[in-house]
Amino acid sequence: MKKEKLLELYRMMLLIRRFEERTAQMYGLQKIGGFCHLYIGQEAVAVGTVAALRDDDYFIAAYRDHGHILAKGGDPKAVMAELFGKAGGVSKGKGGSMHLFDVAKGFYGGHGIVAGQIPVATGMAFAAKYRGEDRVTVCSMGEGTVHQGAFHESLNLASLWKLPVIYLIENNRYGMGTPLERASAVWDLSQKACSYDMARATVDGMDVLKVHEVMAEAVERARKLSEPSLIEARTYRFRGHSMSDPVHSHYRTKDEVEEQKTHDPLLKFQSYLLEKKYINEDQIKAYEDEIKTIVKESVDFAENSPEPALEAIYEDVYVE
Amino acid sequence: MAIKISMPKLSDTMTEGHLVKWLKKEGDRVEASEIIAEAESDKATMELEAFDSGVLLKIIVPEGGKVPVGGTLAIIGEKGEDITPLLKSGPVMETPPSADSPLLPDSLPSVPKAEAISDDGLITSGTGRIKASPLARKLAAERGIDLRRISGSGTGGRIIVRDINAAPAAAPAAPRQVVVGREDQNLPLSTMRIAIAKRLTESKNTAPHFYLTMDIDMDQAVALRTNLNTLQSEVKISYNDLIVKATAQALIRHPMVNASFQEQSIVQRGRVDIGVAVAIEDGLITPIVRQADRKSLLEISQEVRALAEKARTRKLLPDEYTGSTFTISNLGMYDITHFTAIINPPEAAILAVGSVRRIPVVRENQVVPGWRMQVTLSCDHRVVDGAAGALFLQELKRLLENPVAILL
Amino acid sequence: MAEITFREALNQAMAEEMERDANVFLMGEEVGYYQGAYKVSQGLLERFGPKRVIDTPIAELGFAGLGIGAAQVGLRPIIEFMTWNFSILAMDQIVNNAAKLRYMSGGALKIPVVFRGASGAAHQLGAQHSQSLEAWYCNVPGLIVMAPSTPKDAKGMLKSAIRDDNPVIFIESEVAYGYKGEVPEGEYLVPIGVGDVKRTGKDVTIIAWSKMIHVALEAANMLAQEGIEAEVIDPRTLRPLDEQLLLTSIEKTNRCVIVEEGWPYAGVGAEISHRIYQNAFDHLDAPILRVTSEDVPMPYAKNLEQAVIPSAPKVAAAAKKVLYI
Repeated sequence: MKKEKLLELYRMMLLIRRFEERTAQMYGLQKIGGFCHLYIGQEAVAVGTVAALRDDDYFIAAYRDHGHILAKGGDPKAVMAELFGKAGGVSKGKGGSMHLFDVAKGFYGGHGIVAGQIPVATGMAFAAKYRGEDRVTVCSMGEGTVHQGAFHESLNLASLWKLPVIYLIENNRYGMGTPLERASAVWDLSQKACSYDMARATVDGMDVLKVHEVMAEAVERARKLSEPSLIEARTYRFRGHSMSDPVHSHYRTKDEVEEQKTHDPLLKFQSYLLEKKYINEDQIKAYEDEIKTIVKESVDFAENSPEPALEAIYEDVYVE
Repeated sequence: MAIKISMPKLSDTMTEGHLVKWLKKEGDRVEASEIIAEAESDKATMELEAFDSGVLLKIIVPEGGKVPVGGTLAIIGEKGEDITPLLKSGPVMETPPSADSPLLPDSLPSVPKAEAISDDGLITSGTGRIKASPLARKLAAERGIDLRRISGSGTGGRIIVRDINAAPAAAPAAPRQVVVGREDQNLPLSTMRIAIAKRLTESKNTAPHFYLTMDIDMDQAVALRTNLNTLQSEVKISYNDLIVKATAQALIRHPMVNASFQEQSIVQRGRVDIGVAVAIEDGLITPIVRQADRKSLLEISQEVRALAEKARTRKLLPDEYTGSTFTISNLGMYDITHFTAIINPPEAAILAVGSVRRIPVVRENQVVPGWRMQVTLSCDHRVVDGAAGALFLQELKRLLENPVAILL
Repeated sequence: MAEITFREALNQAMAEEMERDANVFLMGEEVGYYQGAYKVSQGLLERFGPKRVIDTPIAELGFAGLGIGAAQVGLRPIIEFMTWNFSILAMDQIVNNAAKLRYMSGGALKIPVVFRGASGAAHQLGAQHSQSLEAWYCNVPGLIVMAPSTPKDAKGMLKSAIRDDNPVIFIESEVAYGYKGEVPEGEYLVPIGVGDVKRTGKDVTIIAWSKMIHVALEAANMLAQEGIEAEVIDPRTLRPLDEQLLLTSIEKTNRCVIVEEGWPYAGVGAEISHRIYQNAFDHLDAPILRVTSEDVPMPYAKNLEQAVIPSAPKVAAAAKKVLYI
């Protein structure tokens, strides 16, 4: 990978991190309501994955979706405005944190029902194949999702019909407060692919380059062979399940979280770039300043964006 | 075998009755001739008596409910008896307001609640609220028809469109008077008020009225009454008692005034049964002195007093206030000197009696004090001509001015 | 006019639309090689090939969601549920995705998918295979719900459903598949949201849809023998509802009976009667009566099943009751 591209990944991971830190602050100031699930700690997965995609490829995610839409090229201003519930938001203020969409950028949400996005992703891949396109669909999900019927029905259909889709399990260890070992009969989640005779891989989700490498292979398989894959990225969220959930609580210790933070994907990648001399401290400072400005502008934009008009209540229920 | 208890006809003009109070409740044992409820006709509140013994299985018309004459009020029978056939049969208006109407075909008898066909709009009658369909209400408002005057033929007595269509349109309403500081009050019509309105409107509209007024010298009658009340203390004889007695005797001699106009003929009544109008709370009623011509003054006096008391307490029995042949209305006690009364149909005439007054009179070219009374006879011209009415009044005058004759 | 069966009408509608638009495809259990569990898709595999007539595994949640995903990126799937009873497995996809994605995306997405299949009681299929679930779907904003009663309507309505850009719930009566009726030659469409007067009358309005239209018409014939002229109205589309057609009829007859094969509690008829009370209250001379299936799971025994489903005598009795006869 070229230096410029590596720096681009770094910049995006930094943007997601700082954007979400500010998101947490805005939530505390009650600018943001509802459920709000932060992606901090998992940035390498979305960023590494999108790095392997073309702009016209489809990406669909679950509700922890702020990082994905930004990685796919979504406008931070419109994303923050959506979190604020403003008319300038990506979904005109009607989606919220869990339902971020940017169809022009190939990002199809933002799904609040666990596993609800998986059959939909399968259908998007089906459509691409039906039309003879070489688009790839990536479907991100948490590890808690693999026990849903929709997951299994979809994997079977995708393998049966050889659909160009990649199912990406972002295993952050906890389905809300339940650790994987208390929810899953198997530890190695990519094994689920075996039931459907599907290609599979497991990757260190804290390492953006490794994620990219594995995803690139899966994307190639989908694009060239029209075959699906199941990828498990092992990652960790540094924040609680949602804003209402403390960082560490009954289900995990502070020590565990602190230990995981030593594997911070952003810092790890930064060290790598410094080590390789792709970047220096001054440049890092410059990136931080730029990102800080972008995030501040996002908040300003969201703040100044009007609330949706009441007439909008009945808009976009149907195609008229 | 369960049987229905129906709303009896409690007066000759009664078309529907108002169930005022149940004295028995469902499940109670009822003996024949026992009083089980009180009902109000257009005239009075009556006691309803059971004609059969048994258990009161179901009350169909709740307190406050209205039902046409002949409509089922309740069912009595033996405990546990199946009364569904009785509930099913009969006119619609007898059907009680009930959510589980027996609409399902017989193929499904075991399903207790036929929710598949649920009648969600039945209005309970217990509150005395008028039940009318929305369309009926709208039409009634458009046509100025007072729903309170109409009895409903729909489910549970609901007034429906066909009832509105059958009702005569009301006259245009009089301009409202502006009363500063007090709001109009809407007083519901009592059954009696409805009956009065209906019958007297009918009388004025069908019987061509004319009026004859006469002055009667009451000097001797006043003296006689004073004497009679001094001679005995049993009853206090009133002027009205004298008038009833005199009227009865006059009617014997002028039977054309004691008559009725019928479709094909005029009926001269064989008996003289005199109705005496009695004012009671929210209306009036005319209890009857039967065969007044054959009764003594004392008897008449006692009878009128008893009837008036029963009228005021609404205890009159139907045959005590229905079927009079002539009516007397006396407003003398209110110092009314002269008024005209509306004939009480199907009678041919009514006598309106004013107060007995001490006024200056001319006797042998001298102005002296004297007792005088004015009476006005309202006559149905289809039966009574002017002369006939005048002759009757002359006879009445003759008797009252020589009252000893009525003691004979 | 040719006389064809209900299933043939549906088949023609799909074939014509697949011919017209290459983005239309049919997917479901046994729709291809088996020729359709109820032979609605007979011959389509041969005509359009396996790319467009796709047999699925038994996975309603999966293929319903697949249809939604394909629709949101531009295809026009027809997803067949062998019966609507099985759609319950796909409820999450229909309710949470098909109905909501457009709204949640601020209008960025459209979901032109048709879910169609057999509905209602057939002959002793028992409790799990005899349901009429239109009320469930009618409850959800974002969905269109259609329920044709005749071959002519079925064809014109399905073609409109396929061309519409919204998700459509298209409910067919299992029993009615064999019903015959006249269908116009050549192409025609029955627009969404437009009802139809199936029989004119002045005395009482009977509202019904799908198979219940035939029950209503039978009841109307019974009533006619007693001199009562019932007007039978078929809304055809249950969401959105052709309210004006219903109100016009009720303003004429002042009485209404609603016949529904589904359950009474919170049924479609409950909503319809609410709208009538709200908008035609002063035109009513009697409370609206509803004739629905009994409020029980469907029993198997023949006599019980027949007693549970609305029948012409029940409808006629209700009509007479609102007429105070």
